[in-house]
Amino acid sequence: MVQETSDPLASALLRSDRFRTEREADWRRLEAIVTAIEKGRFKRIADEDLLALPQLYRTVASSLSLARAISLDAATLRYLEGLVQRAWFVVYGPRSSLGAWLRAFLSGGWSRAVRGLGVDLLIALSVMVAGAIVGWLLVAHDPDWYGALVPGQYADTRVPGATREVLRAGLFGQSQQDGLGAFAAYLFSNNAGVSILSFALGFAFGVPTLMLLVQNTAILGAMLWLYHGAGLTLDFAAWLSIHGTTELFAILLSGAAGLHIGRSMAFPRDRSVLAAAAEAGRRAAQVMAGVVLMLVVAALLEGFGRQLIDNTAGRLSVGGFMLALWLAYFFAFARDPRHGPRQGRRG
Amino acid sequence: MARTAARARRRAGTGRDRVLVTPEGVSLPLTLASRGARAGALMLDLLILAFGFIAVSIALVSLGGGIASLAGRIGVGGQGAAALQFVIVVWIVLTFLLRYAWFLWFELGARGATPGKRLTGIRVAARDGGRLTAEMVIARNLLRDIELFVPAVFIAMAGVDSSPAWLTGTAWFAIFVLFPCFNRDRLRAGDVIAGTWVVEAPRRKLEPPLARESHTGGRYVFSDADLAIYGEYELQTLERILREGRAPALESVREAIAAKIGREHEGWGDDRAFLEDYYAQLRGRLEAGMRMGRRKADKHSEAA
Repeated sequence: MVQETSDPLASALLRSDRFRTEREADWRRLEAIVTAIEKGRFKRIADEDLLALPQLYRTVASSLSLARAISLDAATLRYLEGLVQRAWFVVYGPRSSLGAWLRAFLSGGWSRAVRGLGVDLLIALSVMVAGAIVGWLLVAHDPDWYGALVPGQYADTRVPGATREVLRAGLFGQSQQDGLGAFAAYLFSNNAGVSILSFALGFAFGVPTLMLLVQNTAILGAMLWLYHGAGLTLDFAAWLSIHGTTELFAILLSGAAGLHIGRSMAFPRDRSVLAAAAEAGRRAAQVMAGVVLMLVVAALLEGFGRQLIDNTAGRLSVGGFMLALWLAYFFAFARDPRHGPRQGRRG
Repeated sequence: MARTAARARRRAGTGRDRVLVTPEGVSLPLTLASRGARAGALMLDLLILAFGFIAVSIALVSLGGGIASLAGRIGVGGQGAAALQFVIVVWIVLTFLLRYAWFLWFELGARGATPGKRLTGIRVAARDGGRLTAEMVIARNLLRDIELFVPAVFIAMAGVDSSPAWLTGTAWFAIFVLFPCFNRDRLRAGDVIAGTWVVEAPRRKLEPPLARESHTGGRYVFSDADLAIYGEYELQTLERILREGRAPALESVREAIAAKIGREHEGWGDDRAFLEDYYAQLRGRLEAGMRMGRRKADKHSEAA
């Protein structure tokens, strides 16, 4: 056995316990800081403690390495492992507050994620256009399809055979209506649910997402045919576009996000399926956070704007303006250099 | 997590134990959360959400009723309707937030866990060992919608009278609920998409040292040959028994050790002191060997 030092007090302890006694104060201090942070009591933490946190974390992590080499005290080792794990989660945990994340998200993170979807945007767009055309053609071929395509909630008075006046009344003259706020909130909640569903269904290799997109735009195509027959094409387009440019754009994004996941799982290239899914999932999640924001805007436009702006020209200009705004926001300020040598990412 | 150095190596790569290497090069053992803990956490969260939903609804309904009767009494119908509408908007928005923001908000916090997860001692972590980001938390929680809420609503709406729809809904539900049973890391669909996993987040207290003062000055002194028969595994079993401190266990272990080293007559009725002395001296011996680079994993190994 190795001879211990002659100091009677120290020699009463095992070497590994002396190691522990010398460092225990640091461990306890780190534990107190980590506990306070975990409980969200940031105000109770002294500034010097917060500043010392990374250094303390490293000190305790090296204590753990050392303890593993010299100590057989299982309880202390477990304590240290638990403490270092907790401190690691704090030091390397979600650093940004929700506010800071939102700022980074709005000033580039979101539009970068949208551009990152790439070809999935085009696929989703073409599927939506195809869905609308299919809806139109089906109903034009046989008006009975209208009842099958358009769910009851839209088909109250807007059915094949309705007169031009009835259809027109559905588009205009509702500015005196009460309950616009509740209507907008309901629309938002409903549309956000549908978008999240179409994103989440991308998990099944994107196939259900495509079906959902087709189904939703087929309704649109069928209604377009109905109003076209009554000579109200432009009025209907305006009625739709005031919020539709925002809402359909949001649905396009959520569908593309779902497809993005489905496609990267089906064709992971040189990565593992899990790694590919995780990478695509994180990008798509950013897009989806933005989609929810867009749907809030769309619901306000639909609930208030459409009822209060009671003419075709006004509705068209608001809708066109929103479309231009979104396109510019997503694509016009692409900061990552596509051409020429890479100059390092900024911002 | 509870493995000692020797046993961790023995059990590496099996069961729920994973190793995470921090940027400082320290390897941290992680234990994946058990499926039972995760199911329990989900149940707790859903219970809290259900109670929250009911409480909010009752509060808003009574608030709305109060406004309506007040407006009727003082005869301002228009404003009463506007106030009612406001109450409905608040209800829709709160319901939406309860459904989507509850999990998001809590998992983005420092503990990476919803109240249900905290109570069951688990948390969310990034699978690649990096930072848990907001995007990951958003992704894993949006998927919860098709895993849980959509099929539940679907089953509830289809009812029992439409058996194909009911079967479809149940199958859908089952696929996602059983998803964690069919992969090694117990990922649910949302974890796959987000690149996260759920691990145990134990909070341990620093236990008082056992070997204090009995290392050299104890009542019982053991020879090198007495100590040479055991290794680290036995040492840690002994530590556990000493910390638990149950008298029958202490007695039977004392008897076993005493018989093994041929000192049956010693330590009668003094089990704890005997074992503490043996523990301290065995640990001193094994740790001294460790410093020399010799380790003895258990009683069957030859080293040290």
